[in-house]
Amino acid sequence: MILDVEKFIARERTHWDELAALLRLQENQPDRRPPLDEAKRFYYLYQRTSSDLVKLKTFAGEAETTRFLENLVARAYSRLHEDGGEKVPFRPWQWLTRTFPSTFRRHWIAFALSCGTFWIGAAFGAAALKVNYQSKADFIPPQFSHLNEKPSKRVEREEKQDFDAFQGRHAFSAQLMTHNTKVTIMTMVTGFLWGIFTFVLLFYNGTIIGVVIFDYVTDGQGTFLTAWLLPHGSFELPAIFIGGQTGLVIARAMFGWGTNLRLRERLRRIRGDLLTLIGGAALLLIWAGIIESFLSQYHDPRFYPWKIGVGAVQLTGLILYLAFCGRKAPDKTTSPA
Amino acid sequence: MLSKTTSLTIRTPEGVSFEVPIASPFSRCLALAIDFAVVVALTIVIVQILGALTIATSALPGLGQVFSDFGTGAMILIQFLISFGYGMATEWLWSGRTLGKRMMKLRVIDERGLALSLKQVVLRNLFRLLDLLPSTFYLLGGISCLVTKRCQRLGDIAAGTLVIREVSATPPSLEEFVRIERNSFAALPHLEARLRQNTTPEEARIVLDAMSRRDELEPSARLNLFSQLANHFRGKAEFPDEITIGLSDEQYIRNVAATLFRRASV
Repeated sequence: MILDVEKFIARERTHWDELAALLRLQENQPDRRPPLDEAKRFYYLYQRTSSDLVKLKTFAGEAETTRFLENLVARAYSRLHEDGGEKVPFRPWQWLTRTFPSTFRRHWIAFALSCGTFWIGAAFGAAALKVNYQSKADFIPPQFSHLNEKPSKRVEREEKQDFDAFQGRHAFSAQLMTHNTKVTIMTMVTGFLWGIFTFVLLFYNGTIIGVVIFDYVTDGQGTFLTAWLLPHGSFELPAIFIGGQTGLVIARAMFGWGTNLRLRERLRRIRGDLLTLIGGAALLLIWAGIIESFLSQYHDPRFYPWKIGVGAVQLTGLILYLAFCGRKAPDKTTSPA
Repeated sequence: MLSKTTSLTIRTPEGVSFEVPIASPFSRCLALAIDFAVVVALTIVIVQILGALTIATSALPGLGQVFSDFGTGAMILIQFLISFGYGMATEWLWSGRTLGKRMMKLRVIDERGLALSLKQVVLRNLFRLLDLLPSTFYLLGGISCLVTKRCQRLGDIAAGTLVIREVSATPPSLEEFVRIERNSFAALPHLEARLRQNTTPEEARIVLDAMSRRDELEPSARLNLFSQLANHFRGKAEFPDEITIGLSDEQYIRNVAATLFRRASV
């Protein structure tokens, strides 16, 4: 049997046009939730058009109309069959108090590896400087060339300067935020290359910190260093570690240890966690950028205890938040006899 | 290089299968170039606006210095937000299409044909930083596009997406080539019935494809094609000479199309 294509198109065209109009409406307003009647009608039209497509392919084989219907069915199919979990609206408070910390804890081994690699790099940098102090310039990247100055000289100069609340602060803050966000994203995405470059980036950044810490401490500027780095570092370094943690979660999915799932499915399963972790790291970086611009760079010795105090409180708060926030309280009614 | 798949076949739970054509690396490059130009243009416009505001407020005591610093900070942040946010915002708001993709008739979809989710949009755009390496040469992304079966850059693989070509959304009008002034075969309904009976759906499809694309062919290729088709269909049902005499090969195939796809009118 061969279909009477002309008659077929004439009969079905109104339904196809109606489906196309509904699709245009939905595509122009992606967040719109259609009313029940419209959703039912949409499903009916999708089924009818699908059935038309099957008929046309089986009995007529007419290429142009088949392509047109395939386009319609594909678009309608993607509207009807969404990936799981998308229907839950985003709740910022719940995300902050539950989703982020619990996701962080679920991947704590990756965080420990990330953190460990960074501090191994720091130890390496410090050891390298102890062996050969002249190698300092080789470790410091060009954009931080001011760190090549002898610490005691810099401290003397910085402590004499007046604090100007606005001079260059906004620009500096923005520069730090964008730079650190790029480093964190890079640490994450390089996890896709089986984590090798995530480890390299963490180790390299750790080396720089190690060199700076060793340099300042051996020059007797430990207090200045703590007051300078702790207020923003208490958020900035954990953010970079979380970037590394995210990269290592991707790397694990790439290797596929302990699972028989295909790579595509492994990546699909961690997608939500990746976004949560990187979102948390971004928030930490924004705060670190503000603190670094408006507090960390203010080098009046009278305020060192306050700055160190702020940094210590932030770090303790962050540790407690990540370790305990969003944990379910133990059920007391089912305690063992 | 791995063998390329030119289309994505999706089989729905309702048992319907359909194909979606996958975009080529070349068209994706062109779309990328357009998007890059848009990002640069947007950045320039915003920098100019902020620059003009800075100059306008520079004369104000105190406020001028604050605004100058604030303006520089805002500029750095806006540049960063545009470079990352442009792709995310447009792909999310326009169902997988940036301006470049719209112009090149491309669209990002989930690799299983499902709706594109926000996390997929965000991830594929964050991974652009990796695809751009080394420096900003797009080498990793380019190589990935060339070697993967479905032309996916690393961001597409991580986010589970792929870029497809959008096909024309207008149904073709069959009337143009099926409705002819006079189908001389209609005078012999028993032979028309035999022709229909002996024709397979694949042969019918070839006839319609030839009819719909005849104007795209070179004159010699058109003559040759319709000659071959007419010879083929003459064997299906032998119409008498008084019906076929004076009919060109193309007219013969038009009659065949009219016989196969619509009720013939006498």
